[in-house]
Amino acid sequence: MLDAKIPAGQLDDKWTDYKGHCKLVNPANKRKLEVIVIGTGLAGASAAASLGEMGYKVKAFCFQDSPRRAHSIAAQGGINAAKNYQNDGDSVFRLFYDTIKGGDYRARESNVHRLSEVSANIIDQCVAQGVPFAREYGGLLSNRSFGGTQVQRTFYAAGQTGQQLLIGAYQALERQVALGNVKMYNRHEMLDVVVIDGKTQGIIARDLVSGNLERHFGNAVLLCTGGYGNVFYLSTNAMGSNVTAIWKAHKKGAAFGNPCFTQIHPTCIPVSGDHQSKLTLMSESLRNDGRIWVPKNVGETRKAIDIPEIERDYYLERRYPAFGNLVPRDVASRAAKERCDAGFGVGTSKQAVYLDFADAILRYGKIEVGKEGRENVSEEEIIVLGKEVIKEKYGNLFDMYEKITGENPYELPMRIYPAVHYTMGGLWVDYELQTTVKGLYCLGEANFSDHGANRLGASALMQGLADGYFVIPYTLGNYLADEIYNKPVSIDHPAFIEAENEVAKRINTLMNVKGSQSVESLHKRLGKIMWDKCGMARNAEGLKQAIEEIKELRKEFWNDVKIPGTINEFNPELDKANRVADFMELGELMCIDALERNESCGGHFREEYQTPEGEALRDDGNYMYVSAWKLKSESNWELHKEELKYDVIKPTQRNYK
Amino acid sequence: MEHYNMNLTLKIWRQKNKNDKGGFQSFQVKNISSEMSFLEMLDVLNEQLINDNQDPIAFDHDCREGICGMCSLYINGKPHGEWKGNTTCQLHMRAFKDGETVTIEPWRAKAFPVIKDLIVDRSPLDRIIQAGGYISVNTGNAVDGNSLPINKDDADASFAAAMCIGCGACVAACKNSSAMLFLSAKVAHLALLPQGAPERHSRVMNMVAQMDKEGFGACTNTGACEATCPKEISISNIARLNLEYLSASIVAEK
Repeated sequence: MLDAKIPAGQLDDKWTDYKGHCKLVNPANKRKLEVIVIGTGLAGASAAASLGEMGYKVKAFCFQDSPRRAHSIAAQGGINAAKNYQNDGDSVFRLFYDTIKGGDYRARESNVHRLSEVSANIIDQCVAQGVPFAREYGGLLSNRSFGGTQVQRTFYAAGQTGQQLLIGAYQALERQVALGNVKMYNRHEMLDVVVIDGKTQGIIARDLVSGNLERHFGNAVLLCTGGYGNVFYLSTNAMGSNVTAIWKAHKKGAAFGNPCFTQIHPTCIPVSGDHQSKLTLMSESLRNDGRIWVPKNVGETRKAIDIPEIERDYYLERRYPAFGNLVPRDVASRAAKERCDAGFGVGTSKQAVYLDFADAILRYGKIEVGKEGRENVSEEEIIVLGKEVIKEKYGNLFDMYEKITGENPYELPMRIYPAVHYTMGGLWVDYELQTTVKGLYCLGEANFSDHGANRLGASALMQGLADGYFVIPYTLGNYLADEIYNKPVSIDHPAFIEAENEVAKRINTLMNVKGSQSVESLHKRLGKIMWDKCGMARNAEGLKQAIEEIKELRKEFWNDVKIPGTINEFNPELDKANRVADFMELGELMCIDALERNESCGGHFREEYQTPEGEALRDDGNYMYVSAWKLKSESNWELHKEELKYDVIKPTQRNYK
Repeated sequence: MEHYNMNLTLKIWRQKNKNDKGGFQSFQVKNISSEMSFLEMLDVLNEQLINDNQDPIAFDHDCREGICGMCSLYINGKPHGEWKGNTTCQLHMRAFKDGETVTIEPWRAKAFPVIKDLIVDRSPLDRIIQAGGYISVNTGNAVDGNSLPINKDDADASFAAAMCIGCGACVAACKNSSAMLFLSAKVAHLALLPQGAPERHSRVMNMVAQMDKEGFGACTNTGACEATCPKEISISNIARLNLEYLSASIVAEK
C-alpha cells in the first residue's frame, strides 16, 4: 500500500531528474486551480507565498489572530545550510550524512538528500527577502555550530532566528494577499478534510470568532500545522499548538508515520510547580559555550558557585570527549535524566542540571583583553568584558531566563532539564510530500519525513522552508497538472454537507456533556500519563498500562468534560476541547507505536533495549522501517511498513565518543 | 529567590462581543505563587470560574515565551504591565504583593475594536504590512547570500528594528493611538538593507497611507511607545521613517 515514489537513479541526481521530468501547469490553468494551506508557520507561509507567486488561487488558514504568530516564530538557535562558508569541510553530502546519522538511521535517504541540496537556496532566498542574519565585520554571513555536527553550518539571527525567518515568509505571504493571490483566514481552525472518491476536495473550517462552520473547496489541501508535542500537556510548544488538522486527515485515511518519535530537548527551564502551563526552551546554541555539570556528591546542598571545580562532574565531556557538550539532543537529554535519577540533580526539585557560562565568560574576556594587547588586567575586568561578549551572543535568552526564574544567569549557572520539544513523527508522506490520501499534502514538522528518530538542532527551520519554498512548488504541480480536466466540486456536494454535519454533531456532543471537569484538568492528566510512560524512557509494561489509562481517561473526557459558553460565539474553551479530544486519541496511538517498536533508536528509548553503557540499542534487522498506521475503527490500527533502504550510507551504531 | 503566595483582587474588563458596552467585574484569587506567570494566574482564575459555572475570561496568548506577540493586556494601566522590555506572558507574579488589586483591560484604540473581554482585533497591523512591508522577491530569484556584503552595524540596526513582534503595545501606550513605532520598525528594517532599496519610496508612502486609513492617530513624539515596547524598539526608527517619508515625498511622482 505504501509507495514512497522515490525517483530512480543516483542519490545526487534524483531531485534534479525529478524536477526535469515532473508535470507542469501552464499559467492560464494555474489561475483556475485552488490550493488550501492550513497553518502559516515556516512551511505554510512559505508554501502559500510561493504558490501564490506562481499564480495558483490560494486560501491560507491559521487559528491565531495573524499568520505571523505561528510557533515557528519561537525557534531560537538557527538554520542549517551546506554552504561551507567557513571552509571547514562542509558539503551537501556531509549535511545529508549528519542528518541521517543524527536521526539514528530511521529517515529516508532520498528526502534527506534533497533537503541538504536545497538548504543553500533557503539562505539565499531569506537574505533576498531581507532577513537580517548575523554578520561578520566584513559584511558576510556568520555561522555557529550546533549539536551532532563538527562543522559550523548554522546561520542565525541572535536567539531569534525562527522569528526572523517567519517574518520573512509572513511578509512574502502578505505581499501575495495584497496582490489578491492569497486569501487569508485568521482565527479559523480546520476541523475536517472533505474526501470524494478517494480524492481531497476541500475542508470544513470553523470561524473561531463567530463559531460558524464553513466549507471550502480546494483542488489540493496542504497541512502545515506543526507538531503535536502538546499531547504531553507540558512542552515547549505554544499553547494553541495541536494535532487536530493532521488527526482529522488521519481519520479520513492518511497514514500516521512514527507517531512515538518525540524529541525531548535537553536544555529547558525546569518545571516550577503544578500551575505550570508550558515550558521554555533555552536554545541549543548555548551549548556552544555553556558547560553542563552536576555535583559529584549525591545530595549536595551547597550553592553552585561554592562547589569547587574538583567536585563537579562535567558528565557530557566525560562520557563523550569527541562531541562533549554538543552531542545530539536525545543523547544529552538521557544523560541528564540518568544523572538526576541517580540522585545528582540540583535545585529544589532535584530535577535539573547546571548549564554554566563561567568558563566562557573568562575565555571571551581574555580574548577581548588580547585584542587590545593589554597585560596585567584584573580578573574582575576580564569577567566584565567576557559578559559583554556573552550578552551580544545570547542576551535575549539570558533575559528570558531571568524573567522566568528570577535568577541572574550571568552570575549563577542556569538550571535546566529536558522537556518535550518536537515531534519527528507525523503524517506519512511520499517523496512528493503527498499523504496516503490523494491531493492531501503534509509539510514541515507535521509530516514524519527527514528527521528519523531524532532531529538535529537547526534542522526544523531548514525542513519547514525547504518543503514550502523549494519542494512543494514542484511536486504539487505534478498532481495539479491532471486536475485541470476536472471541474471544481460544489460546496453543496453531499460529501461537503455530510462532513459539515459530522463536525457539527461532534461539537454538539462535546457541549452537551455538561460534566464537572475542565478541559485543562483532563489535558493535564493525559500529559502526565504520556510523560511518565511514553516520555524520555519507555518500557513495555508501562506502555501497556498507559494504553489502558488513556482509554479510561478518554471515556471520562466524553462523559464528564465541562465546557462553558455556547457554540456560536467566541469560545476558547470549546476550541481547546476540540483539540484535547484529538490528543486523547493520538496518545493511545503513540503508545501502541512505542510498544510495537522493540528497539531503542534516537529519541525513542525503550529501557529493555540498551547497550551496557546505557546507549540506545537499535535493531536494524527487525525495525529498519517507518511505521505507518492506518486507522480501521476506534482503537484499532493497522500497521504498514515502509522498509528503509540505505544505498549510500552504512548504518552503524551512532558514536559521539 | 524566595517564593511566596499571595491573594489578589482582580478588576477585569468584561465584554460579551464587539457590540456589547462592557464593564469591569471584580474577582478574588487566592494562594497565587510568586513563581507563576501572569497568564498562569489568569488560568487559575479561569479554572475557578469554570468550576463556579461562570464564563471564563477570554484573552489572547499563544507562545507564552514573549515572541509571538499574541498576548496583550493593560495591567494597572500599563501595556504588558510594569516590567521594562517585557510581554504580559513573561510578567511573573513576583512583581505583585499580597493583597494588591490588579486592573486588567484590553488594548484601547479606535483601530483595535474589542472582540471579547480582553481580546481585540489587530488585523490593521497586517494590512499595514500588506501595503508594502516586504521586499518583492519571488521564490527562486535569489543570488548567493554572501554576494551582498552588508555592513555589520547596518545589519545589527536592521535586526534591532526587525525584532518587533507586532503586539500593538506601542499603539496601546500612545495617547493618540498612533502606530508609528510599529510602522517605522518595518520601514527601518528594510531601509537599512540594500535589498530594500528598490522599493524604499513606494513602501514608505503606501504604508503611511494605509496607517492613516486604518484610523490610527498621529505621532507627537511623546515616546510612550518606546518606553512600553516589549522588544525595546527605538524611537529613532520614527526619525528614520520621517526621513524616508520626506525623501520619498520629494521624488514622488504619484
